[in-house]
Amino acid sequence: MSGIDQSKIRNFCIIAHIDHGKSTLADRIIEKTGLLTSREMQDQVLDNMDLERERGITIKAQAVRIIYKAKDGEEYIFNLIDTPGHVDFNYEVSRSLAACDGAILVVDAAQGIEAQTLANVYLALDHDLDVFPVINKIDLPSADPERVVSEIEDIIGIEAQDAPRISAKTGLNVEDVLEQIVKKVPAPGGSADHPLQALIFDSLYDSYKGVIAFCRIMEGTVKVGTTIRMMATGAVADVVEVGYFGAGQFIPCDGLSAGMVGYITASLKNVRDTQVGDTVTDADNPCSEPLPGYKKVNPMVFCGMYPADGAKYPDLRDALEKLQLNDAALQFEPETSVALGFGFRCGFLGLLHLEIIQERLEREYNLDLVTTAPGVIYKVHKTNGEVLELTNPSNMPDPSEIDYMEEPVVNAEIMVTSEFIGPIMDLCQERRGTYVSMEYMEETRALIKYILPLNEIIYDFFDALKSRSRGYASFDYEMRGYARSELVKLDILINREEVDALSFIVHAGTAYERGRKMCEKLKEEIPRHLFEIPIQAAIGSKIIARETVKAMRKDVLAKCYGGDITRKRKLLEKQKEGKKRMRQIGNVEIPQKAFMSVLKLDDK
Amino acid sequence: MRRPLELYIHIPFCERKCLYCDFLSMPAGAGLRSRYAEALAGEIRRKAKSCGGYEVSAVFVGGGTPSCLEAEQMAKILEAVREGFFIREDAEVTIECNPGTLTEEKLACYQRLGANRLSIGLQSAKDGELRRLGRIHTFRQFLGNYRLARELGFGNINVDLMFALPGQGIADWEETLGKVLELKPEHISAYSLIVEEGTPFYEAYGEDDRKRARGEKPEFLPEEETECGMYALAREMLEKEGYRRYEISNYAKPGFECRHNIGYWRRASYLGLGLGSASLMENIRFSNTSDLGAYLGGGYADLEKVLESPECAGAVRLDKKEQMEEFMFLGLRMADGVLAEAFRAEFGVGLEEVYGAAVRKFARQKLLAQAEGRVFLTEKGVAVSNYVFAGFLLEA
Repeated sequence: MSGIDQSKIRNFCIIAHIDHGKSTLADRIIEKTGLLTSREMQDQVLDNMDLERERGITIKAQAVRIIYKAKDGEEYIFNLIDTPGHVDFNYEVSRSLAACDGAILVVDAAQGIEAQTLANVYLALDHDLDVFPVINKIDLPSADPERVVSEIEDIIGIEAQDAPRISAKTGLNVEDVLEQIVKKVPAPGGSADHPLQALIFDSLYDSYKGVIAFCRIMEGTVKVGTTIRMMATGAVADVVEVGYFGAGQFIPCDGLSAGMVGYITASLKNVRDTQVGDTVTDADNPCSEPLPGYKKVNPMVFCGMYPADGAKYPDLRDALEKLQLNDAALQFEPETSVALGFGFRCGFLGLLHLEIIQERLEREYNLDLVTTAPGVIYKVHKTNGEVLELTNPSNMPDPSEIDYMEEPVVNAEIMVTSEFIGPIMDLCQERRGTYVSMEYMEETRALIKYILPLNEIIYDFFDALKSRSRGYASFDYEMRGYARSELVKLDILINREEVDALSFIVHAGTAYERGRKMCEKLKEEIPRHLFEIPIQAAIGSKIIARETVKAMRKDVLAKCYGGDITRKRKLLEKQKEGKKRMRQIGNVEIPQKAFMSVLKLDDK
Repeated sequence: MRRPLELYIHIPFCERKCLYCDFLSMPAGAGLRSRYAEALAGEIRRKAKSCGGYEVSAVFVGGGTPSCLEAEQMAKILEAVREGFFIREDAEVTIECNPGTLTEEKLACYQRLGANRLSIGLQSAKDGELRRLGRIHTFRQFLGNYRLARELGFGNINVDLMFALPGQGIADWEETLGKVLELKPEHISAYSLIVEEGTPFYEAYGEDDRKRARGEKPEFLPEEETECGMYALAREMLEKEGYRRYEISNYAKPGFECRHNIGYWRRASYLGLGLGSASLMENIRFSNTSDLGAYLGGGYADLEKVLESPECAGAVRLDKKEQMEEFMFLGLRMADGVLAEAFRAEFGVGLEEVYGAAVRKFARQKLLAQAEGRVFLTEKGVAVSNYVFAGFLLEA
């Protein structure tokens, strides 16, 4: 077949804390190896979606093959796999790492190690990757590479003296990185003659090619015509095309064998058939066991999504179906709300995932959405022994039927400079955190560990963390499990009618505070009517907070001068247009943005 | 038979812009005023040529401050009207004036030109309030002008008043109303102050106004309750003296209702002349340019072209839906409201068929009432008329 020397392949990824320069380094590597001239380079080649470029985060894993002529005179094939950079996509990150043999750790020469750096390094070491550090941004005036080198050695415990000191932005010393990839990343193992065993580290849906599975071949060979089987999902299909990744394009080839990274297309119509982490094998000559580490990804955060214009319900369904083709972690099912009409209860990996989907629906599909407060999966243990998994507050049973409830909790790690330890611990305390430990990584920085309820971190925890540490704290978490908790359903009554879309589940201890803030916020958002409107927060039949929107006494247009009716008409039309964006609850009209505004209740 | 037409003539000049004013008006030197009068007379002659089929039932010279023009400039304008248009014998001819700008010479000239009605912008009888509004005159100056006009025989005078002014209390308003009633003008307009964007008042009171709109207590402007009280007081005091509230903000002794104003609410055809003026003819809405330079160069709407092919001339031909909407939201401003029969006569379909649901809804809320085939705003409905009118816009 292609006659590629397995010992000349290097499969690696770049890991870094957000903003430490991962994507910029990837760009420079691609540019230096001549795959693209700098004129052809668009900044951050690997982040394809507008959203990724804008937010500076990687959402989907990407890969690219580049040829590098090393100083030893040999040509090497580099497969650079770009991993997603957010805790919501932790599982995807772990599968991308499993496809690599080594990892470049990029650390900002000014900021040093951050919480995500640590989490990512440990994840890489867990996958037996050879990790070598690179100190980036040495061109910054505040750069202190020597301090960062000792930080890396002290905290992570890996050799860093010969770490290349680079500036990915200017391209300074990037050649050193390329040479170290050759020297420090091991060549892949495996044999082309063994039964096929390939790891899916991502997949996407293309309207022409169908599902495209991104694979690392661990053992064996795959060619066009091979009948493949996905060992976890059981899907079977004939391979239509195999190939590798050019810069932003798919380049077909004859076959892929052990050690190689590339893609497979088969007659598959849904990314659900090619789950990330699944093992692809030859249906006629299967390998004995799947690769370790596969798990089905379950959504952790749920919310209701409704079209602002009820007539757009089918459009929303189509859009969600299309997004799901590319995003196996997105779940949705139809739901109905008295207040908001027909919509979907959607499940996401985390809040970022939720925001991304919401933005894509609005931007790429032109939908105007009303979103309800995000929540998690609560376990309701009923007195009759039944256990209910609750994702929609409306389905909460009557308190008399509930024995006790549990909520998901996470292990959180926060890295912060010592001056902000106090405020950050206060924050964790307010968010019902349980203190675990604190250790000083060096004199001025500490790693604080807390157990936190997931529902306390899904709205605005990250913002609060940043504001209380002037941006210096970094944060990472992983699921820990479920813990028993005193939870109540908080209802909002507008003009004495319960508004289902505004109900949410909250810890009993913070219910009063939340109820009060909700009422205040809604008072600002609900326009005055001809009558007085009470806004109340209630737990069961008990009212815990109240605000009042006063009755409108007067609404008269200005003097109409010189017969300029057009201006008058415009004013009236504006008023009517405003009404259109309202939801009618009883005889009260509530603007759609009121439903969203309660999601952001300022925390100090 | 000639069809009826009203004329609105705009004079975009004043001595000094009032602090609350967002109308198209500015101070200007003598040369500019004279060039404008020239250009306006030209426009009048030109447009009159396309109006052979109309007879003019009302002329309103508004502004700005029309009375800041020299007598001969006004003469030039109104003579052009007399020469070009067919004016009915009994036509109402109003000139808007500002106290402090009227002289015996000007008033005599207006009379000679056929003006039979004056509309004087007094706004308040309290000099402190006048100063705060940025008005150029005192109450005393107003009195002088008013008496002069009466002496010269003007038998139909309107006085414009404003309430809900910053710092104004209900007693202040009562005082203004009392002083004006002593003079027994035939017509009184009483508008509540609207804080308009782009005015110095907006800078000063915009935030206060928004606060009030949210139902909170304003700092400078009267509270909503007070404002409603002022409106009620005006109505009570004026009705006691024999004035009838024939439109939301307009009061008149019987037979002295302003025909020109009623024309707007009843959707009569009217032709705007002068800078930025708006017109409605044969259900076509169009406006002159608001750019003074362009206007002086003859860049006003070409009436012939507008009437022939409105779309090409930048005019809007109202469709049936828009006509019905305007019929309602303008007609309902009148105390008599709209006549179901008139609706059917105009549109060939029943009011009930088009607006039955809206009428019933507002009637349930006691904002509209019905009697003798008419639908009209109730006292409660007047206060929130904007809300009611918006309910008469139809789905596209």
